[in-house]
Amino acid sequence: MIHKTVRLIDRSTGTSPLLKKALRYLFPDHWSFLLGEVALYAFIVLVATGIYLTLFFDPSLAETTYHGVYAPLQGTKMSVAYKSAVDLSFEIKAGLLFRQTHHWAADVFVAAMVLHLMRVFFTGAFRRPRTLIWLIGLLMLFTSLLEGYLGYSIVDDLLSGMGLAIGYGVALSIPFVGANLAELIWQGPYPGTTLFESRMYIVHVLILPVLIAVLLTAHLGLVALRHHTQFRATPRQTQRRLLGVPMFPGQVPRSLGLLFAVAAVLFLLGGLVQINPIWQWGPYELSQGTNGAQPDWYLGWLIGALRLVPSFDVTIGSYTLVPNPFWGGALFPLVVLGVLALWPWAERRITGDESFHNLLDRPRDAPGRTAAGAAFMTWVFLVFLSGSADRAYVFLGLSYAAQIWVYRVAIWVLPVLVFVIARRYCRELQRADAIEHERERAEQEARALAH
Amino acid sequence: MRRLGRWLLGLVILVMSFFRAAPPRERIVPEGRPQRRAEAVVIVLLLAAALCGVGFVVVYAVDSLGNRTQLFGLLLGGAFAFVAAALILVGKRLVVTEELEEEYPPPEHPTEQLELTQIVRESSSRFTRKRLMTGAAATAAGALGLAALTPALSLGPALRTEPLLRTPWRRGRRLVDENGRRYRAADIDPGTFYTAFAEGAPKDEIGSPLVVVRLDQHALKLPPERRSWAPGGIVAYSKICTHAGCAIALYRKPTFAPMQPRPALVCPCHYSTFDPATGGTVLFGPAGRDLPQLPLMVDPAGGLRAAGNFSGPVGPSWWGVRMWRARS
Repeated sequence: MIHKTVRLIDRSTGTSPLLKKALRYLFPDHWSFLLGEVALYAFIVLVATGIYLTLFFDPSLAETTYHGVYAPLQGTKMSVAYKSAVDLSFEIKAGLLFRQTHHWAADVFVAAMVLHLMRVFFTGAFRRPRTLIWLIGLLMLFTSLLEGYLGYSIVDDLLSGMGLAIGYGVALSIPFVGANLAELIWQGPYPGTTLFESRMYIVHVLILPVLIAVLLTAHLGLVALRHHTQFRATPRQTQRRLLGVPMFPGQVPRSLGLLFAVAAVLFLLGGLVQINPIWQWGPYELSQGTNGAQPDWYLGWLIGALRLVPSFDVTIGSYTLVPNPFWGGALFPLVVLGVLALWPWAERRITGDESFHNLLDRPRDAPGRTAAGAAFMTWVFLVFLSGSADRAYVFLGLSYAAQIWVYRVAIWVLPVLVFVIARRYCRELQRADAIEHERERAEQEARALAH
Repeated sequence: MRRLGRWLLGLVILVMSFFRAAPPRERIVPEGRPQRRAEAVVIVLLLAAALCGVGFVVVYAVDSLGNRTQLFGLLLGGAFAFVAAALILVGKRLVVTEELEEEYPPPEHPTEQLELTQIVRESSSRFTRKRLMTGAAATAAGALGLAALTPALSLGPALRTEPLLRTPWRRGRRLVDENGRRYRAADIDPGTFYTAFAEGAPKDEIGSPLVVVRLDQHALKLPPERRSWAPGGIVAYSKICTHAGCAIALYRKPTFAPMQPRPALVCPCHYSTFDPATGGTVLFGPAGRDLPQLPLMVDPAGGLRAAGNFSGPVGPSWWGVRMWRARS
């Protein structure tokens, strides 16, 4: 039976040698290698739930009046898009499950990608010959941020409208071309024409998902070509030889188990933990705003950056060179992307290490890199945290303005401190390792002498 | 004798060929000990997953249970969780875990690099004017790229930024509330804010919504040319924040005036804070430009009307925002 299937596949495709190689592809074993897989599986859940949602969501800004089952919105004027999202939540069986699972999956997807990025950074896995894989991953992360933003923007509830207004403000603020770009995208001044919704929709459900899938394929294909990196857990693992569990039978059940575990967590969250209750926000009206609105976590750093910048536009006479939102909304994420993208070259320049690496560093093995990474993360995380200063004001009563001033200083001071401390700590660990090594050798020698 | 010898030889060859025909194939995957308990647990887990799956179908089908998102989530999530547990157990206990070694592929291939270079280089041996050719190709590519991008201009009026300056306000236009009811000056009480729109204009135009407050006339410190813009201490500003375009939905009103900061209009998105007493100047937060003020007047019947257009363009800033005034 098995042989018959194998023979059928080989006779019709001639791929037996390839399949044999694939089945025996080796995966080095370390828990942190699962983070990327979690992201991959969250993406699969996103695509599956997303396809289901497209069967019910109607991306139209035509005005309609609500007469559905949710009483508080009875008789409210709203867009067809918002109504279809509310209807699919209340009147389509399991519709809310899929909508909430989709939303949770997006949050988990980005979180897993960020953790995976940190793992790759702090272990030096981005070095040659895998720098291109790193760049593709970064591109995927930033594409996914835009994809997530569009996802909650197409619903046309009050929160999505406020997010779009901010997006419009940032687009307008781009020096020299901002106004023209915004008018292209929105087909005129904000809130634009009804076509804008269709544009967001096609980008969200087709263009960006396909782009992410293409990048994902390239990312994984290149990983397979180069093979996985590994830690030096045993002397058998070297720059040239790789020790691992084969794809089949060792890795497949574990990895599939992880796929199902990710799906389980996401569907349990989607069923049991409410997220983005759009019926509570109400339909978007340009003239309305809700207080205490928070975006999805992965946009928190941009909110923080937009809030931290002090009040100024850069002007030359009456020409406005750089309107304020550009700094936090456009330049800041570009700087973060740029620093991460250029880091492999910067590190090569600093260390003079141009060689290929299949063995991973432990963070302590590269104190400079670890310290720089920790400082950079501190910088971004403080900006992220400052985005919740209004929540700290509401819950803890801390003055909002005072908090913002503290953050404005802390984002420049703390990273320096973190850099110094992290580097010192790494070196201490290295020293402790050296002493331990020395002690073991001495003990061995003593034992040899005793015999 | 010779016959017997032949027979014997034949027999030996036959026996040997028998052995050769069925050589005991060497195992590729090493053998492991059976794990009967783990197997039993996996079977139970798979059956539990099946039960959850069936449960999902039943809950879906039984209308009297209604649209139970929690139950759906529990059952579907539970099914996935049981399958996950079964698979992980299979991976950990049932299939053989081999640790194999293998060479990393070479990081680069110098010979192939040279050959590839050679192929490309030798293929162009008939070209004599390479730089001219490259220039022509680059020109063609540039022009074609430009031509391909040009239709993108149809997306919107990219080259006309004049619409950004448009507002529905002009002298004499009435202020109405969200239901279209006309505001009278007497409607505006101190201590709270009102949202107003231009009568007869669409409410979802960025230039339409206003935030209107009544301040103590002695506290007003408007620029000299705007002295007449606030009849009875009523001031009106664009409701759209000049920072990133959110609606200004917070009014900071001191509950104990001697101790607390003065009244301010606050945007809930990034907490840009504007002073309604001084013409919408920025008190705090990221906004880089004052909130545009709309001059007001009260008609003989007490109705609130615009006395002109805004003091500046409405909405978030762009490169041209300080070059022109708002237009009707």
